[in-house]
Amino acid sequence: MSLYDRLGGPLAIRSVTESFYRRVLKDDLLAVYFDDVDMDRQVAKQAAFLTMVLGGPSEYTGRDLRSAHRSLDGLSDEHFDGVLAHLAEVLREAGVGESDICAVGAVAESVRADVLNR
Amino acid sequence: MLLTFDGRAYDLRPGESVLEGMARHGVGIPSACRAGSCQACVVRSVTGDPGPDARRGLKPTWLASGYFLACMARPSADLAVAGAGSDIRAPARLVSVTDLGPGVLRVRVRTDRPLDFRPGQHVTLSTPAGVTRIYSIANLPAEAAAGGLEFHVRRYPGGAMSGWLAGARPGARLAVGEPAGECFYTTASAGGPLLLAGTGTGIAPLIAIARQALAGRHAAPVVLVHGGAEAASLYLGPRCPGPPAGAPDGAVTWRTCVRSAGEDIVTAVTEELARLGGDPGRVTAYLCGGATSVGRMRRALFLAGMSLARIMADQFLPATT
Repeated sequence: MSLYDRLGGPLAIRSVTESFYRRVLKDDLLAVYFDDVDMDRQVAKQAAFLTMVLGGPSEYTGRDLRSAHRSLDGLSDEHFDGVLAHLAEVLREAGVGESDICAVGAVAESVRADVLNR
Repeated sequence: MLLTFDGRAYDLRPGESVLEGMARHGVGIPSACRAGSCQACVVRSVTGDPGPDARRGLKPTWLASGYFLACMARPSADLAVAGAGSDIRAPARLVSVTDLGPGVLRVRVRTDRPLDFRPGQHVTLSTPAGVTRIYSIANLPAEAAAGGLEFHVRRYPGGAMSGWLAGARPGARLAVGEPAGECFYTTASAGGPLLLAGTGTGIAPLIAIARQALAGRHAAPVVLVHGGAEAASLYLGPRCPGPPAGAPDGAVTWRTCVRSAGEDIVTAVTEELARLGGDPGRVTAYLCGGATSVGRMRRALFLAGMSLARIMADQFLPATT
């Protein structure tokens, strides 16, 4: 059974995604990058990403990930690490165990190069 | 690309919308928001595909007839189009125009055929000369059936529509578009508190939503916040107008917020959410008014723990014509 199913499927993912996005928006280091984004679209994209990293049914290709982040000035490993830390914390709050959080983090790592345009 | 409009052929540039292209050729299609939400610019496709963006949000009966939004249609191949004509806009007459408060008119309009709408939705009004604007409906369906649709209209100096309304006589002809918008009460919101906040005339549809909820025996708290730039912008005054007969005392909390006095409506709604207590995920919010205030309130309520799915927002956009 995937972590996605254990968490409770699409409705639970929606709620986890909102908590995750809320944490990101409250983080001064990251919030500036979200000043002008459409919140609905952002949550939809993050839900698709979380579905993928949690092993749910996903068509996520991350194809536009590189182009979406390319124009963001000053994006660095510090920002990417910050987002991963929020992801881990939100999963911890949802009752996910440390070994699963590590596994999710490893999957999320796979998009670092795209996000940071390397 | 070739665009055939009412039987005449025009060229359409790549990336140009049907609305923009026809305007360039001097053919005006009635329009207001130009962003796919007001549905003022519907036209009908005869042959060709206007694309999915142009069909988003239209009701199934319209889609079946080939209607689409001219402002959102950027076709990639030739397209033949017919103007929507009068079948989509209801003919109507002005019932009355009265002063409601400083700079705000109460406008009543009776359509020749009944309109099916939910409080909180908006329609377009069009004058005989083709001036078209979007207004939120300020009363309930039963009241509209009896005395006409009511709108609260801010008067703007030199405003094409508000000026026309201020000078028009009862009985003057106008046309009313199909009700649109997703900012309305549903049974999904019945169990929890309602937090409604609007700036300027954005409060009008919110009062209608609150009254409809209370008329339907909504039992949880209802909080209304009215914000304005100046004290004089609070055209309804310091007290909540017209809670429905039979609503229990104290069913509605009414709060005003004046920007020039240093009162920020974003702070006010956040405070009211906290005052409601309990799980913020059970609260439904309705936000209406200027785009900046609505956007800031939406973000603040989300950060305070509300779910985006329970924050209904209707942003007023400035007229583009």
